[in-house]
Amino acid sequence: MSEHVHVHPKLFYVKVFLALIVLTTITTAVAYVDLGIFNTVVALVIAVCKASLVVLFFMHLKEQTGMTRVVIIAAALWLSVLIVITLSDRFTRHWFPSNGPWEASAVTAPQSQ
Amino acid sequence: MSTVAVEAPSLPEVHYLNADYGWRSWLFTTDHKRIAWLYLISITVMFAIGGLSATLIRLNLIEPSGLLFEPATYNKLFTAHGLVMIFFFLTQSIPTVLGNFLIPIMIGARDVAFPKLNLLSWYIYVIGALVFVLSLISGGVDTGWTLYTPLSTTYANTNVLSATMGIFIAGFSSILTGLNFMVTIHKMRAPGMTWFRLPLFIWAMYATSVIFVLAMPVIAITLALIALERVWHVGIFDPGLGGDPILFQHLFWFFGHPEVYILILPSMGVISELVAAGCRKRIFGYSFVAFSSVAIAAISFMVWGHHMFLTGQSVYAGLVFSALSFAVAIPSAVKVFNWTATMHKASVSYDTPMLYAIGFIGLFTIGGLTGLFLASMGADVHLHDTYFVIAHFHYVMVGGAIMGYLGGLHLWWPKMTGKMYPEAWARFACLLIFAGFNLTFGPQFILGYVGMPRRYAVYPAEFQVLNVMSSAGASILALGYLIPLIYFAWSAFRGPIAGPNPWGAKGLEWTIASPPPTHNFEVTPIVTEEAYAYEPEAAHVG
Amino acid sequence: MSAEVHGAILVAEQFDDFEQQKSADAFGMWLFLVTEVLFFGGLFCGYCLYRNVYPEAWAAGSHLLKVQYGAFYTALLICSSLTMALGVRASQLRLKTSLTVYLVLTWIMGAAFVYIKLRYEWYGDYLEGLVPGPHFAPHGENLELINHFHALLPHVSLFFIFYFCMTGLHALHMVVGVGLLTALLILTQQGKTTRGNYNWVEIVGLYWHFVDIVWIFLFPLLYLIGGRYV
Repeated sequence: MSEHVHVHPKLFYVKVFLALIVLTTITTAVAYVDLGIFNTVVALVIAVCKASLVVLFFMHLKEQTGMTRVVIIAAALWLSVLIVITLSDRFTRHWFPSNGPWEASAVTAPQSQ
Repeated sequence: MSTVAVEAPSLPEVHYLNADYGWRSWLFTTDHKRIAWLYLISITVMFAIGGLSATLIRLNLIEPSGLLFEPATYNKLFTAHGLVMIFFFLTQSIPTVLGNFLIPIMIGARDVAFPKLNLLSWYIYVIGALVFVLSLISGGVDTGWTLYTPLSTTYANTNVLSATMGIFIAGFSSILTGLNFMVTIHKMRAPGMTWFRLPLFIWAMYATSVIFVLAMPVIAITLALIALERVWHVGIFDPGLGGDPILFQHLFWFFGHPEVYILILPSMGVISELVAAGCRKRIFGYSFVAFSSVAIAAISFMVWGHHMFLTGQSVYAGLVFSALSFAVAIPSAVKVFNWTATMHKASVSYDTPMLYAIGFIGLFTIGGLTGLFLASMGADVHLHDTYFVIAHFHYVMVGGAIMGYLGGLHLWWPKMTGKMYPEAWARFACLLIFAGFNLTFGPQFILGYVGMPRRYAVYPAEFQVLNVMSSAGASILALGYLIPLIYFAWSAFRGPIAGPNPWGAKGLEWTIASPPPTHNFEVTPIVTEEAYAYEPEAAHVG
Repeated sequence: MSAEVHGAILVAEQFDDFEQQKSADAFGMWLFLVTEVLFFGGLFCGYCLYRNVYPEAWAAGSHLLKVQYGAFYTALLICSSLTMALGVRASQLRLKTSLTVYLVLTWIMGAAFVYIKLRYEWYGDYLEGLVPGPHFAPHGENLELINHFHALLPHVSLFFIFYFCMTGLHALHMVVGVGLLTALLILTQQGKTTRGNYNWVEIVGLYWHFVDIVWIFLFPLLYLIGGRYV
């Protein structure tokens, strides 16, 4: 039986490849410019763009069912849960002021009879 | 229990057990039903090992000064008990035995999506179990099942490396099983078997498989990091070198908490089936129960910090974890309410499967509620690392998960073997287990409340009475577990023939022969009715 | 094991037709990739934590790596993804020779990645005393750089643990990928991948692209921290 699978022309893939190379060049070049905190932001944004290109076009996500998208989003979401909550623990430890080390209560324990 | 057939049932001439003979036909099988048996036997062996360590623990605790063991040895015992029971028995129990056997049949398929992968999963499990047992035999581990750093990575002089490698290997077995089940449920349902006609066991297994896929890889990488640090002393978790031991705990419990839902969700799925069959009635609030499984799976990933309230974790994070832990109790409660609503005004049979289900509902409720006490940060300050925690999780894992497993084994035993187990002995064993279990773990709530710490080989003399009660209960519980082992084995060979549907229950598995043919269905069924489509009249008798 | 044949495509007996098998295979691979995301994810979690706690050590460590290697690997893997995608296309079009060529090219690039990484980059790091553990001893220019960032040596060692773990795990996946390509090449030689059943090539392709995506993130996270303008 014949399948109705959409076959892209070779040029399609070459274009995606070139876009990826361009983005790689950009991200490397930007690293040599001082943007402070934005160096990280730009690098990650570009990385996400490149990953999206690979997922959408090389991995054919554009032609896939919704379930596959759900699966990918779930993976990204769960990874962010792990990272964000772990980091949020570490960086909110000083939000609640404490009175210092645990001290024995001023009230003495009742004497046992 | 009313029988459906008029004439005496007979075994089918050819079924999956006699379709092929010889050890090769078993060890190289790709039949999901045979693979279920392979798992059943292997995990029973591991249960015996875990049970042996539990026996030794309870024996030791008869005396306040420790009857049998030095603390160093005692540490190895409770570590072995925890690691074996969790990683080599409970994680596999319902998913690989009942799940493997039933999932394809319940959805109307001939087998799982990847049968050879299924067999590979079993081999990976066996290899992992062998590596782990070797590590036990050659000295064991003494870090507690949670393997906290830097004890496990730097200071322990026990077999941490080989034990973690055994668990690492077995973890891949679970990942592949979860993956297999998810693809099977998505892609291989029979025509007409829509998501909302699926038995609730399938919903529960699906949710469990999602957790397998998302949580188990994290423990895998965490175990690899322990191994790395142990071998090369590089300092990932070593504070002396700038590492953070709490990072380990975050990574561990990100897996660890969803893991305990891996342990309970399948059991909840079984209970839905037991209650429906035992009441001959559609489960009340089907979609609520179905969605609650998914909700539990999702929320379970966001509560792990409730194991870390006393580690110096941020109070803000603790608040969020505590609140979400309360939230995750809600879908569990939804299930309990729906099961009891199903039983309301139903014709409830008191056969063994239903007895286990009723026992589950009571014991799981106690276990779940005490979990809420622990989820409250203030109470947890006093209860953490005490016997209260131990009692809590044994109520859910033994009173919950294992009762569900046993109930399911009893319900589907006739399907798996074509033979019926002896009902009187089965009820007796169930009651023995119930009584023994409560005597073992009920006193432990009190022990924890009055301050006995967990993982201690010795204790103050005033706790002895409760400890002796607990140990006495354990001996009754052990007897209760032994009895089914005997009568199940007996019934497989000498039991009365059960027929396709001894319970008169609804579900695709009851429409095929007992035992089923290798390919389950002669003709792919076309599903036209809802799950649990019992006649309305039968639900309201008496 | 018996299998049905639909127009010369072998369909395994548990499936009703090729569409179901292909769909199941692809979904299975996507789920496996999810597990891989979480598997690497543990390392990313540790990385993120320590990067925020020891930013100077992370910047110093990143500067001790050579951007040329990182950029070269990125370009190499992107190229290999192109040839892999073209290979899947060739399998869809039942072009056995084209498929073989693309698989061989992908194979070469993957093997080259691993070889160059181990033989040149890692060996170079070893010679410079950058392997973490008891023999961690950066010297000369490297030590000056670390001091320039005011980083502590144990923390820089921690960076290198993550560097070697993450790139090592990635390299391990590349080796597995090369193994999968070898299997595909054998199957292709036997004509088994160009009968309309492109699912095997497709799922190996999914795996390969995933490994590429991991590197797409590893490159900026390891090699480009803190900018290179220092």
